[in-house]
Amino acid sequence: MASSDVARQLDKNIRPLNLAGHVGFDSLPDQLVNKSICQGFCFNILCIGETGIGKSTLMDTLFNTNFENFESSHFEPQVKLRAQTYDLQESNVRLRLTVVNTVGFGDQMNKQESYQPVVDYIDRQFESYLQEELKIKRSLHNYHDSRVHACLYFISPSGHSLKSLDLVTMKKLDSKVNIIPVIAKADTISKSELHKFKIKIMSELVSNGVQIYQFPIDDETVAKVNTSMNGHLPFAVVGSTEEVMLGTKMVKARQYPWGIVQVENESHCDFMKLREMLICVNMEDLREQTHTRHYELYRRCKLEEMGFKDTDPECKPVSLQETYEAKRQEFLLELQRREDEMRQMFVQRVKEKEAELKEAERELQSRFEQLKRLHADEKATLEDKKKALEDDQVSFSKRRAAAQLLQGQSLTANGKKDKDRKNDDMTN
Amino acid sequence: YRPSRRSSSQQKNLEGYVGFANLPNQVYRKSVKRGFEFTLMVVGESGLGKSTLINSLFLTDLYSPEYPGPSHRIKKTVQVEQSKVLVKEGGVQLLLTIVDTPGFGDAVDNSNCWQPVIDYIDNKFEDYLNAESRVNRRQMPDNRVQCCLYFIAPSGHGLKPLDIEFMKRLHEKVNIIPLIAKADTMTPEECQQFKRQIMREIQEHKIKIYEFPETDDEEEMKFIRKIKDRLPLAVVGSNTIIEVNGKRVRGRQYPWGVAEVENSEHCDFTILRNMLIRTHMQDLKDVTNNVHYENYRSRKLAAVTYNGVDNNKNKGQLTKSPLAQMEEERRDHVTKMKKMEQEMEQVFEMKVKEKLLKLRDSEAELQRRHEQMKKNLEAQHRELEEKRRQHEDERANWEAQQRIVEQQKLDLSRTLEKNKKKKIF
Repeated sequence: MASSDVARQLDKNIRPLNLAGHVGFDSLPDQLVNKSICQGFCFNILCIGETGIGKSTLMDTLFNTNFENFESSHFEPQVKLRAQTYDLQESNVRLRLTVVNTVGFGDQMNKQESYQPVVDYIDRQFESYLQEELKIKRSLHNYHDSRVHACLYFISPSGHSLKSLDLVTMKKLDSKVNIIPVIAKADTISKSELHKFKIKIMSELVSNGVQIYQFPIDDETVAKVNTSMNGHLPFAVVGSTEEVMLGTKMVKARQYPWGIVQVENESHCDFMKLREMLICVNMEDLREQTHTRHYELYRRCKLEEMGFKDTDPECKPVSLQETYEAKRQEFLLELQRREDEMRQMFVQRVKEKEAELKEAERELQSRFEQLKRLHADEKATLEDKKKALEDDQVSFSKRRAAAQLLQGQSLTANGKKDKDRKNDDMTN
Repeated sequence: YRPSRRSSSQQKNLEGYVGFANLPNQVYRKSVKRGFEFTLMVVGESGLGKSTLINSLFLTDLYSPEYPGPSHRIKKTVQVEQSKVLVKEGGVQLLLTIVDTPGFGDAVDNSNCWQPVIDYIDNKFEDYLNAESRVNRRQMPDNRVQCCLYFIAPSGHGLKPLDIEFMKRLHEKVNIIPLIAKADTMTPEECQQFKRQIMREIQEHKIKIYEFPETDDEEEMKFIRKIKDRLPLAVVGSNTIIEVNGKRVRGRQYPWGVAEVENSEHCDFTILRNMLIRTHMQDLKDVTNNVHYENYRSRKLAAVTYNGVDNNKNKGQLTKSPLAQMEEERRDHVTKMKKMEQEMEQVFEMKVKEKLLKLRDSEAELQRRHEQMKKNLEAQHRELEEKRRQHEDERANWEAQQRIVEQQKLDLSRTLEKNKKKKIF
């Protein structure tokens, strides 16, 4: 946890007190140091650079060991990051070192998105820490800190200027991580070219507003060496794990026909300066800056994104509890609202469906009404026809009856006639 | 503490000088620059020598005519007062806060006299919690109470009910170091017995006093075990310097001799001072930060998070942040709503199906009846047609017959006419 400088609190009615003897709290720094030695240290380095620029070799050389190195091709479709963690020990100090290398950086044809995986990686580590910090039951003192403490940016030894990829990438990273630019494979640049190159690089960084890591000068103990080193940035480095016999010693070097480049020779390259600054003098400061500056910035942005504020709309300070409670209220209301919405929607659907079905029923009803009418009409027609038939039958019977009657009458008349005739005939 | 072992980290040997063995020096340097803070609370009845002990511990006069300490008048209620002083030693700056509790245990009725103390400690935790939870965190002054020296009156018998009550209520909020005050009123044997009795009672009541952390160092552990045997520490304090055997020492002058504060055969003051200041001050701060404060914080946040949510089901899930908890609740709610939606959908579908079925049935029924009636009508039609045909046939026949008869009649009458005519001639 970050605590303020004691000296800053002198204004708040604190009085200095004189001790009449040796009390012994000057052992406090030792107590603190012993605790941290017991716990072990942790440091995370990110190396960004093109394939083959010498990132792995430099790491091996810096830490005097042999890390797992994977040869990567130039044909990676996109930039990836590969992290490896190692446990190192020097005298009684244990260090858990994580080395993160970019794979395929600068190899794609379109490098517009090259920086994104790097930014994402750094943010992920911040997020991980933030999540732990926000947990209800948390164990920060046990937490394996994976946040990137230092970023070595490898500049190609072109001798001219920075590439636009370099500027773009560093600009995206300078508010997220401590950037230490290094000129790689410095044994391919002559001394005078190197001097001009360094000046060009630094001026380009300044004119593009890129904030690189400055070795701290506020502590008198190290201010002098740090100030001087700041003037040698960026460090021109050469890495080598191969040893060459020089005089009576074996030294780390690169053997050329025209001479031997000694890695640890300060007049050959800045390797020793890099090791001094990065590891011996400022490792703790790099960790501190990461935590108090870069991480705080990330955290602040993230919390603001989530809607947290330090003061309420009336500019009164809100406590954490109030904020959480307000959020919880909001949250519960939202859930309630969603539930109500869903129910509402259902009620609506039911209503609509009911109307639909009623409509269908009505339609059915009217259809059958129609059929019924049709039916009734037909029935009526039928009845008419029946009636007609009956009438015909009646009139026919009447006719027949009348005819019969007539016939009967005429028959009798005819019979009489006949009889008469017969009688007549007979009488004649 | 050890950092948690993440999977896949390999041991590597260094083949030469690297330089990170310098890290401890860097840490040292930065801590000196930053300065240190410590808050010490003293609790005990009046007259037990609390202020004197503080003065002896820090070899100073915390309270003076300019800065008077808590008055020796018996107060009506317990006060909690803090004094902040800045001390320097060997280039190391320490901001020391002494918290005094005048009036504690002095009243006739002391029930709840610990409450102001608890409130003070909780307030400091609350302040820190709010400070560390802000969006903009800049200065986070640490005023949390890192150690509480509890003064036990040298009755020689055992703990008083107030002692037990106080320690039980505060042992999970602050590092308690119980001290036997005015140890020069007991003989070594009496003191020994008293100590054993007190430790027995502390164990009996399951009170957790501050414990020295285990170390790997055998030497250190031996030393620590020796200290543990002498708990609780019996102390004597003094503001006066007396000459004893040519040496100037702090002590209390009696007719029968001088009880020397820093003589380990006279009392445990040196042990206390060494432990509190020279060896374990950092650990007291760490335990306060990692245990007592975290307990306070998790209880506070759990109360906020689970406000209104069933507590039992969440007991084992305190590993999330309140926001993550809300996220999870939101997801649960979405699932619940989906289920509800599904159920309602099912019921809806079922009801609709029912209705449609009914509709279809009545449609079929009506259709059937319609068919029936149609058939019926058609049958009647056919019947009628048949009847009509019959009627027509009958009529046609009869008419045909009639025509024949008529024809016959006509023929007959014609013949008759003819005959008649013939006859006439």
